[in-house]
Amino acid sequence: MMEFSTWDILRNLLLATRWTIVLSLVSFLGGGIVGALLLFLRIGGNRISTAFTRYYVELFQGTPLLMQLFLAFFGLGLFGINVPAWLAAGIALVLWTAAFLAEIWRGCVEAVARGQWEASASLGMGYVQQMRYVILPQALKVAIPPTVGFSVQVVKGTALTSIIGFVELSKAGTVVTNATFQPFTVYGLVALIYFALCWPLSKSSQALERKLNAAHRNH
Amino acid sequence: MPLIEITDVRKRFGDNEVLKGIDLDVKPGEVIAIIGKSGSGKSTLLRCINGLEIIDGGSISVAGSQLLPDEVHLKALRLKVGMIFQQFNLFPHLTAGGNVILSQTVVKKTPKREAEAMARKMLERVGLAEKFDAYPDELSGGQQQRVAIARALAMEPIALLCDEVTSALDPELVAEVLAVVRELAAEGMTLLMVTHEMKFARDVCSRVVFMHQGRVHEIGPPEDVFAKPKTPELKQFLGVQ
Ligand SMILES: Nc1ncnc2c1ncn2[C@@H]1O[C@H](COP(=O)(O)OP(=O)(O)OP(=O)(O)O)[C@@H](O)[C@H]1O
Ligand SMILES: [Mg+2]
Repeated sequence: MMEFSTWDILRNLLLATRWTIVLSLVSFLGGGIVGALLLFLRIGGNRISTAFTRYYVELFQGTPLLMQLFLAFFGLGLFGINVPAWLAAGIALVLWTAAFLAEIWRGCVEAVARGQWEASASLGMGYVQQMRYVILPQALKVAIPPTVGFSVQVVKGTALTSIIGFVELSKAGTVVTNATFQPFTVYGLVALIYFALCWPLSKSSQALERKLNAAHRNH
Repeated sequence: MPLIEITDVRKRFGDNEVLKGIDLDVKPGEVIAIIGKSGSGKSTLLRCINGLEIIDGGSISVAGSQLLPDEVHLKALRLKVGMIFQQFNLFPHLTAGGNVILSQTVVKKTPKREAEAMARKMLERVGLAEKFDAYPDELSGGQQQRVAIARALAMEPIALLCDEVTSALDPELVAEVLAVVRELAAEGMTLLMVTHEMKFARDVCSRVVFMHQGRVHEIGPPEDVFAKPKTPELKQFLGVQ
């Protein structure tokens, strides 16, 4: 039997980490775009689009991400569509992220005082102008810390895609363990790498929040 | 011809009929104080005139054009009638100057340079020329309210609605805001103001409206309303026997 040095293990894990990072970025950016669309449908649209986004959010927040991954992977297969693991993982994570971001952002828009809508309306602004110049600039500022904070959940969420066979960090951990029979070392390293990815994100979220609170003294 | 014509205006929130047929004509240059108990519908009336609430009956017209609840008509109306709120409602992410500039450039499409000149002029008019670059949270309540007045004036409205513009202020800051309002009145601006400042109403207003339970209960020049109240409700409100 072949011997594996810790370096061999780490190298293999780091190679797979690339896919964790790529999948996280795709999910976060894609989820951000879809989430923004949902947000506009939710607060600016008619009754149907509001209802649609509400059910969408409830559905994706109310079911485990793992089930969503299974459904994307196996469900589409039932219709004869052969979905590769990376695509199913990407779709499920984008849709899941979108639901959470839309909800986080909706809270931020609603946190903008009602008086801001009224003052801008009384000055003659229409809905789009109110949004663009008055509401969103204020909402975005509040939204940054929780959005960055949620990116941590996205990174950790990518670990589940190992179950449908996408080879990212967690899956690589399993594969390497099976080859080396050193589960403690391998999963220890896997955990460390996740920590190295997530810790800066949650720290910067906290720092942003502190900075924002300091910059936003009350009247 | 009246500048603002309010005819049989009704407004209800669910089962609660808040305005029960309001008639009021405001002539150009008139300064009208609206007084009355809490919940009598004073704010609601002002908000209806500005289209922030949609009326359930009657009609409101300003300078001859009817208030209708679609974006085009609302915008046209709001260009004619400015509103000042109790809570100032300045845009916190913009400087005082930015607050006064924004709606000019966005709504009226005024070129940036002109809008800025106008903003400086209006801030000077309310005595805050040196605060152009200050953010709202760097200003006192009285200063914020004066910026809000400058912001409304920059749109060159023909009338201003003021809803208890000094009620959120510390007592020592009330005078500076009232001084600005007094000046506007002296310059001939048409003003419709809800106020609890009875002395101010007596000094500055051409007419006083006493609202009670969603109706105009008594109306007249301040001398009459304050010195010779006719109805028991007004007497009680003013605290005279
Ligand atoms: N958006 C709303 N929804 C439901 N009820 C409302 C709403 N706005 C006002 N009301 C009700 O309408 C009535 C009149 O309110 P309004 O604010 O016009 O009174 P007001 O005369 O301005 O009182 P105050 O002196 O306390 O400001 C109150 O009973 C209030 O509860
Ligand atoms: Mg009121």
